[in-house]
Parts: sequence; structure tokens; C-alpha cells
Amino acid sequence: MFEKVKAIVVETINCNPDDVKLESLLQEDLEMDSLDAVQLNMSIEEELGIAIPDEVLTELKSIKDIVEYLENNGQ
Amino acid sequence: MNGLKIVGLGHFVPENVYTNDEISKNIETDDEWIRTRTGIEERRFVGNDETNYSLAVKAADMAIKNAGVSKDDISYIITCTFSADFPVPSIACMVQSELEIGDSCTCFDINAACSGFLYGLHTVRGLLLQEKDKNKYGLVIGSEVISRHLDMNDRETCILFGDGAGAAVVKLEENYLYEFTSGSKGNYEVLHVGALNEDKQYVGMKGKDVFKFAVTTIPKCINNVLNESNLSIDDIDYVVCHQANKRIIEAVMTKYKQPAEKFPMNIMKYGNTSAASIPIMLSEMNEKGMFKKGQKVILVGFGAGLTWAANLIEI
Repeated sequence: MFEKVKAIVVETINCNPDDVKLESLLQEDLEMDSLDAVQLNMSIEEELGIAIPDEVLTELKSIKDIVEYLENNGQ
Repeated sequence: MNGLKIVGLGHFVPENVYTNDEISKNIETDDEWIRTRTGIEERRFVGNDETNYSLAVKAADMAIKNAGVSKDDISYIITCTFSADFPVPSIACMVQSELEIGDSCTCFDINAACSGFLYGLHTVRGLLLQEKDKNKYGLVIGSEVISRHLDMNDRETCILFGDGAGAAVVKLEENYLYEFTSGSKGNYEVLHVGALNEDKQYVGMKGKDVFKFAVTTIPKCINNVLNESNLSIDDIDYVVCHQANKRIIEAVMTKYKQPAEKFPMNIMKYGNTSAASIPIMLSEMNEKGMFKKGQKVILVGFGAGLTWAANLIEI
């Protein structure tokens, strides 16, 4: 799941793949803002078919948080 | 097919410039936040002596002069706006009067918010197709004074919008490409101007929902007109998007893996001018000599209603 999320993050915010690690913080390390988060969520839904509710999305702080949410809530 | 040829373009924006620093004096935001989230650096607001129709008249006058056509050959004036100075006369009728265009011309306004100009182009094409004389012209104007509808204490909205007008003189042209797609989905909550029983008719919006709506709708519109015309995005010279937010346009650009030059932007200077944004952009591109005969251009917009549309035209 990490590799899938990493690929989506790299594609969505157009960042260096080496910068996306499991422990990367979305705001601090990847410099994502609220619009990046909305876009990332849309890409995750498109690619993986899982929509993260907005109220959950604001609580996810790191790549690890996203991966865990998707693993626990996937098909 | 009878395509729609743009024969003249014009635009006008008020002189008064408001920077991000000026607009954010009384609200909790700043220039850096506005630039990174929207791409907007400044916007224009009308002065006390300016009106929606005064902007429309100046843009229309420039477009008619640019086209070099006789005013007598203009059969339709359609102004696309949600911010008219008064319910009637229409802005289109005011333009007719101010520019002394003949009284055989049919004048009316339409309101499809930020998609307005695209609906206007398609409407005028339909009307021109009904004319016996195929050499008549249509004048389509997008004109907005949104500053009258801004709550300057609402940081979600007041930073985003500006005033301005753009206009195009168009005519039917045989064997020219033309495709159109559009749709609507009534929704008050996500994006609206005004409320029942309120004196002040302010813009209200849910920014994240509008962002999602835009980022999903624009590619659908683009794909529709491409599929209908059997073209690919690589065949298109420019995609002129409604200028609502730089981040929306960049998201679309990334999706199609296309160069920035194909998606021109002027939102930095004017903010979101709703129905005026696409004709202002087209007129500026025309002034810069960016258009050449035979180029294929997609115009794509989305806005309150909700409404959306795209026109594929040939230069």
C-alpha cells in the first residue's frame, strides 16, 4: 500500500519520489496545503476506489496515517 | 459544419488596483497565503463612476473596432452576467444604446455565472444558424461587477474576485470546427450570490467543494469536446480555462501532462471575474498576437448554478 500511496503522492503534488517516506509529514516535510490534500484524496479515490471523508482527512498528518487508514478501510 | 469564428475581441478592466496586502488588511490572511492558494496577486474594482454596463460598453466597443465590422451587421447582443446594475434594461440593451447599434438587433442578458460566456457563444451560434443571411454578426459580452457582492470580512470569498468585461464579435463560418458540451446541477449551498430576505447580496461558497467540482468537471468537459471531434489534447493549441484559481488550472494541466503555455493564465492580475474571465483572456491573447488561423482552442468554464461548459472553436 505504501508504494501505491507514494506513486499517487508523487503524481499529484509533483514531488521527488525520494522525499516520500512512510514517516514523511504531509505539511512539514512534503509542504502540502489544504488544496493539495483535497487533490490527493481525489486521486486516491480515483486510483484505489477508497474515499477518505473530509473530517478524517484533516486528522491524517503523515503518509503512514494515510497508508494505515487505507489498509483498515479498503475492500 | 458551421463553426463559430471570432472576428474581433475586446476587454476593459477598471483602473483601481487592489493588492493582496490591501484586501487582507481587515481579515486574517496575507499576500503569501493568497498567492500560494489561488495565484492571485491583485484585482480591479470599479470606481464610483463605473457600472457593469460602462465596462461592457468599453469592451464591446474595442471588440467591434478590432473586428472592423459595421454595427449595422450585428444582429444579436448577448451579455453574460450575474451582477447587472439593475434588473432591466438588460446590460445588452444598454450597450446597444451607448454604442448606437441599430434597432433591428436583438439584445438580452443571460446568467450562467462563470460559465456564462460559453453559454452565450453557443446561444448566439444557435440564433445565427436561424438567420437567412449567414453574414450577420453576434456580439457576446461577459461583464461583471462582483465587488458589489463581496463581504470584505469573509476571507473565503473577498480575496478571490475582481471586476471586468470582455467581448467577442462572432459569425458563422462554414467548414469550421465547432463542438459544445454543457451541463447544470442546481445547488445553492456550494456556491451562490445573495440570500432570501437579505439586503446585501453577497457571494457565499464552500471552497473545497468548488475546487473538487472544478478539478473533476473541467477534464470531463475537455474530454467530451475532444471525443466528439475525434481530436486528442495534443491537437489543441490552447485550453482557455475560466480563471478561478491557478491551482485548479495547474491540476488540469498536470492531469493532461501538457505544457503551461497551452493553458494561459491572467488570474494573477484580475482574480476571478466570472463570466468576463474567458473573453478578457482571449482579448489579451489576441493583443499579444498568440492566435494564428487554423488553431484549435478549447474554452472551458464552470461556476455557480452549478453550471459547466466547453466550446471547441477554430481560429
